[in-house]
Amino acid sequence: MSRGRVWFEALAGAIPDGEPASVLCADGTVRGGSARFLAVVPDPEATFPRARNGELGLEEGWALARRVRQAVAEDDGEQRALVAVVDVPGQPYGYREELLGVHLALAAAVDAYATARLAGHPVVALVVGQAISGAFLAHGMQADRILALYDSGVAVQVMSKRSTARVTRRSVEELDEIAKEVPATAYDIASFARLGALHRLIDGIDAAEPDAEDVEMVRDALAEAIYSARHDGSTDLSGRFASPEARQHRDASLQVRKRLAEEWSR
Amino acid sequence: MVTALARTGTRFTELSARERASALLDLGTFRELIGPFERLESPHLQPQGVVPACDDGVVVARGDLDGQEAVVLAVEGLFQGGGIGEVSGAKMAGALELTLRDAERGRIVRPVLLLETGGIRLQEANLGLLSVAEIHAAMVALRSHVPVVGVVAGMVGCFGGMAIAAGLCSYVVMTREGRLGLNGPQVIEQEAGVAELDSEDRPLVWETIGGQQRAATGMADALVEDDVTAIAGAVRSAFDAGPPAEHRSAQVERYEARLAQIDTLDQLDGPALRALWRDDGGGR
Repeated sequence: MSRGRVWFEALAGAIPDGEPASVLCADGTVRGGSARFLAVVPDPEATFPRARNGELGLEEGWALARRVRQAVAEDDGEQRALVAVVDVPGQPYGYREELLGVHLALAAAVDAYATARLAGHPVVALVVGQAISGAFLAHGMQADRILALYDSGVAVQVMSKRSTARVTRRSVEELDEIAKEVPATAYDIASFARLGALHRLIDGIDAAEPDAEDVEMVRDALAEAIYSARHDGSTDLSGRFASPEARQHRDASLQVRKRLAEEWSR
Repeated sequence: MVTALARTGTRFTELSARERASALLDLGTFRELIGPFERLESPHLQPQGVVPACDDGVVVARGDLDGQEAVVLAVEGLFQGGGIGEVSGAKMAGALELTLRDAERGRIVRPVLLLETGGIRLQEANLGLLSVAEIHAAMVALRSHVPVVGVVAGMVGCFGGMAIAAGLCSYVVMTREGRLGLNGPQVIEQEAGVAELDSEDRPLVWETIGGQQRAATGMADALVEDDVTAIAGAVRSAFDAGPPAEHRSAQVERYEARLAQIDTLDQLDGPALRALWRDDGGGR
């Protein structure tokens, strides 16, 4: 069973319904507050053959968009939290996918999550496994708060290591050497945490086979993230620059913004 | 009305990013922010043996379009394949965030993205990923105030996280030479094999992700010649049209219905898809 499904089932506590089978969606609660849980999981029977191993492709992008927009449309009182359980190996590499506009399917998911956040829904991403590339942009990166489990199986990167090695014509060993010098190119979650975009790295959890205590710990972390997202008065991503890590490791990003602001209006 | 007629008959794609931004804006209004003499380079390339560029491959230009305030974000496809790193990405995201701030205060600045990019720059990896997510976030917020117009004109095409950005645009202007797709043809061939896609088969590639195909299936809004006047005109027309009633990336019902029509056992190709999707009013 994929980590995405393990954590979805542990947290949502409900049987997902609807199509496609690769997109799990269920409404539940986090410490008394309502929440919609979403995950992308492998479906060996998926309509599109290149997206049967958990990739976020055409059907997944549009289905996530539908499920998220549905919550935005339905909630006019308290806006339920949206929890994206992230374990996505990437986007599918396929001819049909490109022909049918997989870039647009991913844009649809980005759009929906960003729209929900702007509308006031707390959007929290929980990274429990892989968070690779376009799939993470579409399912996770538009969140108000990103949480991740501190575990060797948790990885954030723009391309799988195997693919990066082929594209850059370097060996996997060479890539590992570079990653020691340049944390942005590393795969491990501790390196990603150094860039300051994580709200919290949750340590001491069995990410692959969580027990009841692990699940309760993650539930507490989710509740705190939802609470803080709901009450910080901001619906943009500026919080990713607030940490000391970001000020140190994304200094150039901050410099650029400062200069642009100075030169913007004559 | 002042229009950019200074370069009539000039091929848009022969110009540098700086020249393209200038040619697009009303004559004499071009003003670059964080210009090359400020030398705000990527700090991450030199340690990896790559010579940095003094503008990191993105030009941010203020100016006017039809006398209205505008900002053009032009990616230089000749530098590192137009890859988005920390500095180039922050230039785009930061400029869009300022455009949003102005719009929220009732001051409309028209944003144009010139997308000649392979996506995230692999040497800067997760820093590029964060920047691209910030570009996406600003685009979605901005679109409800003013259209965000993307242009995909040149031979580099528009791929990866920036193809997602193109998907978020209110309007996309393309040339026949332009290509728009999530994964580049070479990456697909490498990852899925030549039987999946022969990246050397140029007619096939353009029939799949080229400008004409994208416009015919409703994934681009205007197909224009590779000509400065034609592109400048199409960009202005897009702003004249105002924000679309429903952005393409929000048309969930329509695209789910479109996908439901697809039989994956059939050999589907560009012309077949044009016939299939034309019936639902695909070419906007």
